[in-house]
Amino acid sequence: MASDENIAVLDDLAEGVVVVRPTGDVDMSRSPDLRMALRAVHEGRPMKLVVDLEQVGYMDSSGLATLVESMRTAKGNKTSMVLCAMNDKVRAIFEIARLHQFFTIVDSLEDAISA
Amino acid sequence: MKTMSDRPHIRVELLSNPIYLCGARELVGSVAKRLGFDDLDCSKIALAVDEALCNVIRHGYNRRTDCPIWISIWPIENGSGKPAGIKIVIEDEAKQVEPLKMRGRELSDIRPGGLGVHIIREVMDEAQYERREGKGMRLTLIKKADVGESPVRLASRTAQSSAAHKRQATER
Repeated sequence: MASDENIAVLDDLAEGVVVVRPTGDVDMSRSPDLRMALRAVHEGRPMKLVVDLEQVGYMDSSGLATLVESMRTAKGNKTSMVLCAMNDKVRAIFEIARLHQFFTIVDSLEDAISA
Repeated sequence: MKTMSDRPHIRVELLSNPIYLCGARELVGSVAKRLGFDDLDCSKIALAVDEALCNVIRHGYNRRTDCPIWISIWPIENGSGKPAGIKIVIEDEAKQVEPLKMRGRELSDIRPGGLGVHIIREVMDEAQYERREGKGMRLTLIKKADVGESPVRLASRTAQSSAAHKRQATER
């Protein structure tokens, strides 16, 4: 497991699966940290990337942009990318931006790992 | 529907540093809550303000972190004088742009960025950009409280609840 203050990266939960777990608010001041973490994960070309949003209380469009960029990279690398455990407020921004259909979104980390 | 007075009920100045976005969100969300919006609407109003501030910082000030931004807030009342919404004005001294050019990208064009204006217009009932006199831009945001309970009703309910608790305590 690697981590910084706001983002944990876990690669020992299931074979070929990397879980990125940001915490707190993902806004303009903190989304660059998430972007760096996701880019680092993509360099390892995992089979599956799970972004666990359970501990994210708020996300703005900079966070969305970060995830869209990551999804594009994932598709290019043939990495399966799944988002999980987002609260209603975070889900709302995906729906406002009509991005909830662009991503694979599931309710729990367990569902994401097995998806 | 009108604002209760010309003078803002709240006016704050912050620097164009993204680390202060959280404070602006807390302020706007908390005030919206007291004006009767439900939790999800409060979150969306705070999101709209956050996106507006991000646009000022990113595009207006080219990410400089030492420039001023002002947020002013008014409650809106209905014809019978009851709270009916919130008006938020965001002003800056950034470069001026043609208000009609303030548009988000097409949502079908999925790529990073360009969502801020779309989110603002989707969340708020009104969003109007204009040039300030001299320099800078002004964004006026209005959200009508057509879903949540008004503070008057909430206060009434709280008073009823309090009275009920007192009765229960007395009966015990």
